[in-house]
Amino acid sequence: MATTEQSTTFEAPGRSGSPVEVNERYDNFIGGHWVAPIDGEYRDNLSPATGQPICEVAHSGAQDIELALDAAHAAKDAWGETSTTERSKVLNAVADAIEENLEMLAVAESWENGKPVRETLAADIPLAADHFRYFADVIRGEEGRISEIDKDTVAYHFNEPLGVVGQIIPFNFPLLMAAWKIAPALAAGNCTVVKPASSTPWSILKLAEVIEDIVPEGVLNIVNGPGAETGKALASNKRIAKIAFTGETVTGRLIMQYAAQNLIPSTTELGGKSPNIFFDDVMSADDEFLDKAVEGLVLYAFNKGEVCTCPSRALIQESIYDEFMERCLGRIHAIKQGNPLDRTVALGAQNSASQLEKIEGYVQIGRDEGAQLLTGGQRNMLPGELAGGYYYEPTVFKGTNDMRIFQEEIFGPVLAVTTFKDEAEALRIANDTLYGLGAGVWSRDGSRAFRMGRAIKAGRVWTNCYHLYPAHAAFGGYKVSGVGRENHKMMLDHYSQTKCLLVSYDKKAMGFF
Amino acid sequence: MAQESVTATDAAVRAIERLSVEHGPLAFFQSGGCCDGSLPICLKDGELPPGPGDTLLGVIAGAPFYVDSEQYRRWGRPSFLLDVRPGPAEGFSLSPPEEHFVTRPAE
Repeated sequence: MATTEQSTTFEAPGRSGSPVEVNERYDNFIGGHWVAPIDGEYRDNLSPATGQPICEVAHSGAQDIELALDAAHAAKDAWGETSTTERSKVLNAVADAIEENLEMLAVAESWENGKPVRETLAADIPLAADHFRYFADVIRGEEGRISEIDKDTVAYHFNEPLGVVGQIIPFNFPLLMAAWKIAPALAAGNCTVVKPASSTPWSILKLAEVIEDIVPEGVLNIVNGPGAETGKALASNKRIAKIAFTGETVTGRLIMQYAAQNLIPSTTELGGKSPNIFFDDVMSADDEFLDKAVEGLVLYAFNKGEVCTCPSRALIQESIYDEFMERCLGRIHAIKQGNPLDRTVALGAQNSASQLEKIEGYVQIGRDEGAQLLTGGQRNMLPGELAGGYYYEPTVFKGTNDMRIFQEEIFGPVLAVTTFKDEAEALRIANDTLYGLGAGVWSRDGSRAFRMGRAIKAGRVWTNCYHLYPAHAAFGGYKVSGVGRENHKMMLDHYSQTKCLLVSYDKKAMGFF
Repeated sequence: MAQESVTATDAAVRAIERLSVEHGPLAFFQSGGCCDGSLPICLKDGELPPGPGDTLLGVIAGAPFYVDSEQYRRWGRPSFLLDVRPGPAEGFSLSPPEEHFVTRPAE
């Protein structure tokens, strides 16, 4: 048994036999070089799997952001004038490098974030590579446009880069969220300064190591540090032409405030409390689709529930509740939780001690407000070196949509389940939330699924599926879940500005003066 | 204005007083959850101007504590207790060294 476990589990970064090498400390990536933080401060980067340090990473301040902006501004004219053909080649080469280093990046990201390597190998890293390919492809097909105003007057519309942009990345998908930001920005001819989340500052640096010779110096810059100092210095800086942010809603408001003060555009991808709606007809046959629907509910545990689109509210039609829930609970009880580097593990560790405490707090709130605990509800204490890790059991509560656990974003493997009588009630409950990021609709009746999907106030309605994030499918929020759409070439509009050359071929004066 | 809807531990009050010396007047905004862990966000007063959509829950050591009114209503208008916990702040909040602010349901 021990031999089997060893062969399914990667060695942790830095250990003998691991696909990942680890330096003692990491600097910022600025102007194509590794640059120490000006104040010389570093912080331990902990692995949530064990609670132990992986390495030290730069703890930067406002001055380091200025250095990165210097490098980006020095590079922006040349990169902005680079042909889309050449930019496309660079993005494809980045995708190649990601694919060539799939295991290394997957293991690094799993160990830093706590997510299962099964997910990083199958989803996070391949999707990140594909994102660069997608934007490498679509930028070649982009065009300006020409309007013939009259026989002597032509309006030429060009898409031009914004210049230098700032991008702030969350901890939940450190590499994929970086790809979602960096790929369109670079495709559109911009240079970027990226600030990763302070709890996941390192796996993106492993990516930088494999692409540092591919991306021209100064086009991509990465500065690590605390949000209050480094994030603020970037988002409120007069030298960026745009800020992009993925994170929490009130912080998103702060980011938009900084942008407003500098009159720059912002795009934000914020929180969610996504409803996952199961109609009675999913149980009309005991077939592979029913099996898929059961998995669809259990997907609340994907990425340990640390997803802005976590399907954290399950709405089940009353007539099928008992039987459907029984199947789902069976599937939930079968979830294997453990070392994120074990390929057979489906549920890893929460991102930090503070996230874990917050989940415990919400589970207590759920109990106090009278929700019924169906499973879980406690930390999972694992043996050996995992004992210091931040593991929480997959948890399910049954209650009503007015409860706090149905209204607040818990960001953990905690599902709130309720029932509904009919379509109208399902819709009312689904939309009774501050948020509007994601939703799931499960029904064999296509018309019903279509009606529901069009009526739910969310930017992404998964229909008979969930947690798919292919490029070319627009993603973003309604209501307070954010502004802008990622994962689609429409993102290029957010990273460009239109130049209209209005040209007169008429030699005669107008006759005004 | 909902008075007495936020109180604070002594440790939180001391943290606010120390931070005020360094940064000047402060203000708190209750976050909505997500990656910021439903934590209160401590900012310099005025950095995020409160608006008609915000509720002032109280003032702690000179720092007003705001929450979005609609968010507060949906949360059931709880009373908060402001505290500090070990570990660095993860979001945009100002914080004491290697500690972060949290809000808990008040007893």
